[in-house]
Formats: sequence, C-alpha cells, structure tokens
Amino acid sequence: MEQLKILAAGKNKDIMTVIDRLINTHENWSGVTVTTTEEAIDTAKEARYDLLLICAGLSSVEEKELTEELHTLQPNLRVMRHYGGGSGLLESEIQSYLKTI
Amino acid sequence: MKDFIIHKAGSRGHAENEWLSSYQTFSFSRYYHPERIQFGALRVLNDDTVAGGKGFGSHPHDNMEIISIPLEGALEHRDNLGNTGIIRKGDIQVMTTGTGVFHSEVNADPEQPVKFLQIWIFPKQLNVKPRYEQITLDRVHQVNQLQQIVSPYPEEEGCQINQDAWFSMGTFERSKTARYNARITNNGLYFFVINGSFNIEGQKLDSRDGMGIPECGPVNIEALEDNSTILIMDIPMKVDQQNM
Repeated sequence: MEQLKILAAGKNKDIMTVIDRLINTHENWSGVTVTTTEEAIDTAKEARYDLLLICAGLSSVEEKELTEELHTLQPNLRVMRHYGGGSGLLESEIQSYLKTI
Repeated sequence: MKDFIIHKAGSRGHAENEWLSSYQTFSFSRYYHPERIQFGALRVLNDDTVAGGKGFGSHPHDNMEIISIPLEGALEHRDNLGNTGIIRKGDIQVMTTGTGVFHSEVNADPEQPVKFLQIWIFPKQLNVKPRYEQITLDRVHQVNQLQQIVSPYPEEEGCQINQDAWFSMGTFERSKTARYNARITNNGLYFFVINGSFNIEGQKLDSRDGMGIPECGPVNIEALEDNSTILIMDIPMKVDQQNM
C-alpha cells in the first residue's frame, strides 16, 4: 500500500512533535509537521501531499489563507481538522478520510 | 419519539494491555467502526479500567472537552498548567484542552484498579485557553433523581465545559422514574447505563449500554432494578465551531 503523505500544521510545537512521531511511526503514513503557515507553504512547494491536517492554534484567517494557498499549489490536496492533539482520534480520522477517496 | 440508536455494551470496541482495559463506544485509537464515529458533539465514550499504580503518562490534547467520571478507585491528575488532584467516585473532572495541554492520569492506588468514564466532546470554540476543573458532588442529590454534573455555564451546577452540553447522573431504586428534556433545540440525548438497567421510552438498557436519541421531546426513564445508575448527556447534534 502506498503511504499516505500528510502535511500537518499547528502552532503548539510540543504537540506537533508528538503528531510528527505518530504520523511517521505509522506503517501506512508519512509526513511533515510545521508550526507556521509560511513553513507549510514552503513545504508544499517541495513535495506532494495527500492530506493537510489542520491542528490546534491556527486562526480562522490563517486556516483559510493556508488552505487557499495550498490548493493553488496542490489542487487535489484534501483538508481535514485534527482534534484531540494525540493518538486517540488520529487513526479514526485518517480512516474516515480514506473512506472518502 | 422519532428515532434512536442503541449501542449494546458487548458491541463496543475493546483494547487491552497489561495495565489498561478500555471499552470504546465510539471509534478510538485502533478501534474503527465507520458507523460509530460520534453522536453529535459526543466523540469519545471510553469505559476504562487501569491497574494499580499504572496509568496514562504525560501526553497532549488540544481542542477537545474531556470529562472524566470515576466509578471506582482513585485517579491522580497532573498537567503542565500546574494542576494536580485526585478524583474518586463522586468527583467530576473536566479539561478544556483548547490550544494544548499535556497531562497524566495515573491510578493513585498501588494495588486496586481504578475505573472511570473518559468522555470527549467537540468544543464550541476552538483554540481557547486550556482550563482544568474538578468538583466533588453531594451524591445525596443523585438518589432517585437526576443531578446536573456538567453545563456550559459557571453559575449552573456542575463543572463548566466549552460546549452547549449538559450532563446529569442519578441512581435509582427499582421502578423509580425520571423525565428529562433536552435543554436547547437541536440537542440530542445520549443515555449511558453505568449500573443496573433502565427502561427508556420502551427500550431496555442494561449495564454499560448506550442509547442516543437525536431529536426528541421529554424522555421518560424507569429503573428496572435497585441501585441503577444512569448518565444522561444532552449534546448538540450539529458541531458549529468558532475559531478564536
């Protein structure tokens, strides 16, 4: 199975470190976590991603601008909000996403 | 009554390791059931037993309202906001995790297991300042009646959460009844039997069964045996969130 490529953006650095570990230790996922919208845009210019995971801390304006910018770069990128900041919901959120594609 | 869903205790997900036994009404961690994702804003209802001296080490949460209800034993809480506390049966703990909090929940007793419900509700407002609260209930007010334990408002009884949700609990003798009506339009009701059994609008629910009614008027409950305890969660069925 091809790995799901995830770009996760959120402002809490400690939590994003945990999210990074969760994503990259999962056998079917790989990804990059960023803590600024600028970093997210730069990252999306370098590689293709399947899913943008919106994590905590981004304002509604930042979230809207980031989504629009990334859709310009990668029109097929899907966007999903991650809740809970840890392992509890990540697996089922991704499973739900996979059901939609 | 228009429609309802019943989640029998035996149909829940189950995860077990050397220190944790967790029964999960909704998809959680490695348990995934596409028809068991949430009931409105109610996203997690875990029925956890943690072995003596063991527990969940420091780990993060954000943008979720987390309510813990101890059923047996003692659970010790610590978080990076400086909060510490032990909760026992009769206590309620709420964490508004907002922009992020790291916490641990460990069995405070080295020998006896701790049993508790861990409930996650999607927040009304995203990215709020994290907050911790624990209260001790006067359980006299739960005998043959419903006692409110969670609400959105600080002036109301119970812990405050960042969502238009109200929780109530009661312990009833056989054949005692109560009636509950959702507090606001568009809220649904989720009933979870902690002990004993209840008749809820003609449906028999046993220990650890759940029943969700998305749209309803007043709902009648009747205890079918002594010492039957129920938790009622009055939950928004649509999750409209405001980002701070």
